[in-house]
Amino acid sequence: MSQLESKTGFPEISIKAEPVFYIGSFKVTNSLVLSALVFVFFIFIALRYSKEIVSTQKTAFFYVFNTLLKGLYGLFESIMGHNITFFFPILSAFFVYILFQNLFGLLPGVGSILIAVTEGAHTLRVPLFRGNNADINATLALALISVVLMQVYGIKFLGFKDHIQKYVNLSNPINFFLGFLEILSEISRVLSFAFRLFGNIFAGEVLMTIVAFLVPVLASFPFLILEIFVGLVQALVFSLLTSVFMSLAVAKHH
Amino acid sequence: MTPEAVKFIAIALTIALGAFGPALAIGQIASKAVEALGRNPEAESSIRTAMILGLAFAEAVAIYALVVALILKFT
Repeated sequence: MSQLESKTGFPEISIKAEPVFYIGSFKVTNSLVLSALVFVFFIFIALRYSKEIVSTQKTAFFYVFNTLLKGLYGLFESIMGHNITFFFPILSAFFVYILFQNLFGLLPGVGSILIAVTEGAHTLRVPLFRGNNADINATLALALISVVLMQVYGIKFLGFKDHIQKYVNLSNPINFFLGFLEILSEISRVLSFAFRLFGNIFAGEVLMTIVAFLVPVLASFPFLILEIFVGLVQALVFSLLTSVFMSLAVAKHH
Repeated sequence: MTPEAVKFIAIALTIALGAFGPALAIGQIASKAVEALGRNPEAESSIRTAMILGLAFAEAVAIYALVVALILKFT
């Protein structure tokens, strides 16, 4: 398990999040602990932003955040067209939430603060924090939310009958087979969303750990900058793909 | 060869072969995007969006190989 230094000195990397403490029989993993912190931070920023948007005295925080959201709005508007006012909240929430999770995973102390956890007879040392998107369960949850919302909005915009016709179409054999392929592509969408985000962020964590082990001083600095960039790009890719698929789901097909 | 050595070779081959195709694809996508940008500089934002989407799909293949390699290595 996660004894960060094993016998050879090589850092041991665990592919799954490890439980830090238990509430009843519910395992609270280290990725959940960091995720809860980010969640509180996210709510704090949202409340502050919504308070300042109506007040006359605006601070620098408001303008910085507003510029970010404005850029996002322009980007999503080029994909969604006139539906943007309906879809912008969910898409920007995906972007900002994933960005915060990725960046919090890079803070000093994440993965390096160890605590002792007693499990049965022996005591383990596990990291207190772990980047939330380096846990496959978190990215799978995000992917499921995104793909289920595509279905929900498809039904909302096209009506149930029109939407279900994409998947089950009995008009001729070719359309029937195409509907089958559509169902398969929805399932593979969940997998590719989840594994893309998880793979990128977890690979970054492994890379940083191994570089810090090989060259302890300064060498991991350029990789840290690379990881900040990767975190931004992955948040952008996740929300961009969601917006493209959603705009496909609500478009009338012929 | 010991089973351990076979495992290490399998891990290395997984990521090496898995990164080969996406590397070619990403190079092709970026070169075409720059070419399109040279011909039509006003279309920068739509070219960028399409390029990032293409890159994400090409890169996903490499990420699958990486996940398989990491699972082999650390479990």
